[in-house]
Amino acid sequence: MTFGLESVTVRYGGTTALADVSLDIPPGQVTAVVGGDGAGKSTLLRTLVGEVVVDDGSLRIPEPNEVGYLSAGGGSWKDLTVDQNVAFVGGSFGLTRAEVDHRGGLLLERAGLTEARGRLAGRLSGGMRTKLGYVLAMLHQPRLLVLDEPSTGVDPVSRVELWRLISETAAAGAAVVLSTTYLDEAERTASVLLLSQGRALLSGRPDELIARMPGSVTRVASPRRPEYAWRRGASFHEWWPDGLPAEGDQVQADLSDVSIVAELGQLTDAGSGS
Amino acid sequence: MSAVVVARGLTRRFGDFTAVDDVTFDVRPGEVVGLLGANGAGKTTTLRMLLGLLAPTSGTASLLGATPDRQTRRRLGYVPQGLGLYTELTVRQNVAFSAQAYAVPALPLEGALADASERLVRDLPLGLQRQLAFVAALQHAPEVLVLDEPTSGVEPLASARLWDRIRAEAERGAGVLVTTHSMEEARQCDRLLLMADARLVGTGSETDLVAGTSAVAVVTDAWTEAFEALTRAGELVTLDGRSVRVVDRDPAVVERVLQDAGVTARVTRVPATLEERMAALSA
Repeated sequence: MTFGLESVTVRYGGTTALADVSLDIPPGQVTAVVGGDGAGKSTLLRTLVGEVVVDDGSLRIPEPNEVGYLSAGGGSWKDLTVDQNVAFVGGSFGLTRAEVDHRGGLLLERAGLTEARGRLAGRLSGGMRTKLGYVLAMLHQPRLLVLDEPSTGVDPVSRVELWRLISETAAAGAAVVLSTTYLDEAERTASVLLLSQGRALLSGRPDELIARMPGSVTRVASPRRPEYAWRRGASFHEWWPDGLPAEGDQVQADLSDVSIVAELGQLTDAGSGS
Repeated sequence: MSAVVVARGLTRRFGDFTAVDDVTFDVRPGEVVGLLGANGAGKTTTLRMLLGLLAPTSGTASLLGATPDRQTRRRLGYVPQGLGLYTELTVRQNVAFSAQAYAVPALPLEGALADASERLVRDLPLGLQRQLAFVAALQHAPEVLVLDEPTSGVEPLASARLWDRIRAEAERGAGVLVTTHSMEEARQCDRLLLMADARLVGTGSETDLVAGTSAVAVVTDAWTEAFEALTRAGELVTLDGRSVRVVDRDPAVVERVLQDAGVTARVTRVPATLEERMAALSA
């Protein structure tokens, strides 16, 4: 089944952390939640794992023992070895010793951690530690896998390996949802939700979001309207909400451009109806 | 104008281990240069030698035409990933403190930072903390700027505004060196340096760096079967939406694996991404 949220609102005291946000998380694909620090990404993911109670709206989630979760920057005990982490988490999910050995061994091998089984988790590199957190979240074969910024602070090579592991999980039929601040990574997922200050700015397939962007974007040496322009290398990208560029070469927008346009549109209302 | 950062045959060994091996490059005034590489590739050791915090085993590092030392470091601005702010002090106190350290007048605060001038840094959102770190690092008009993932965790529009700021510094004449793991940040640079296994393995634009590495795109309705078959065959496989990618491999090999698994697919050679290039380098 497709998991997800329906018109969910979460308030912390007087602050609205999520405002009327909906998201479908289908099985067999990767769904990304993107946005800056404080946009509401972690709050959204934590509603799915029962760590945050929703004030309004509804959730479609499996039983708690069918959810795997990797929290931001965490997921393992640094004073335990890799093997001890696996045994401990496996035990807490009620797996037998044989199941832990078999499944843990398989996942550690896929994650390239077999050689590190005797090392303390706290001594692993950032990329290896994230992969261990991933292995722990996957031990009990969850139907819904929730990953909070798995690639933040992970170097590009480890990121490619991590992406392969995540892809495998989706290919095997699990519903995977992850948050990221890297838009080029989000562009490779099947579906993206862009959050800003707790609100959904955009939602859909990356190629659709790009196709649906209102107006057009040009590359210019110096922008005519700086408030509608942003840097791309030594030149600028400039947005023309009405789709009629006055100057410059029209460029194919990417998800980064589309996200900026969505934010600008919200500030100016010029992009309403997008 | 002469280069503000110069590395010539820069080499550093720790015992038997070579952390940086014969690295040569320049950063000129007005230029934004990105330094990329996996963890352990030698980026941090290179940077420490350029800053004069570590002596090279052989080769030379020079900063503003001299061997890097306390004097040249005063003409440098550095924004580390941890931002280097005093989180228990207010915005105004942080600016005053760094102005005093460099013996320059404190710059007046503008916009959202002016509104937050009496707030403690630890209570500010990350985007604003980053803006403040820039102000603190830039008020002495440094001739060299070293930035570590300057826009990480900042939302797209705010990140674009930070790049405006970085570019303004370059246009003023500063040479900017950015170390990053982010491919979006790499695209903001004029020129990239790619390190792998202690060596400089490529320099130029993103297109220049991926030249020589390709990927294979596999488009099929049976993408899960394709993914599993290629994974079993030991290929470096990733997902791109619902198509499958294999890094640095002959399309004919990929076609054969898929045929053996009974998967019908369209297989084409496509340019590799920069990340895929880096993964291929370390494989």
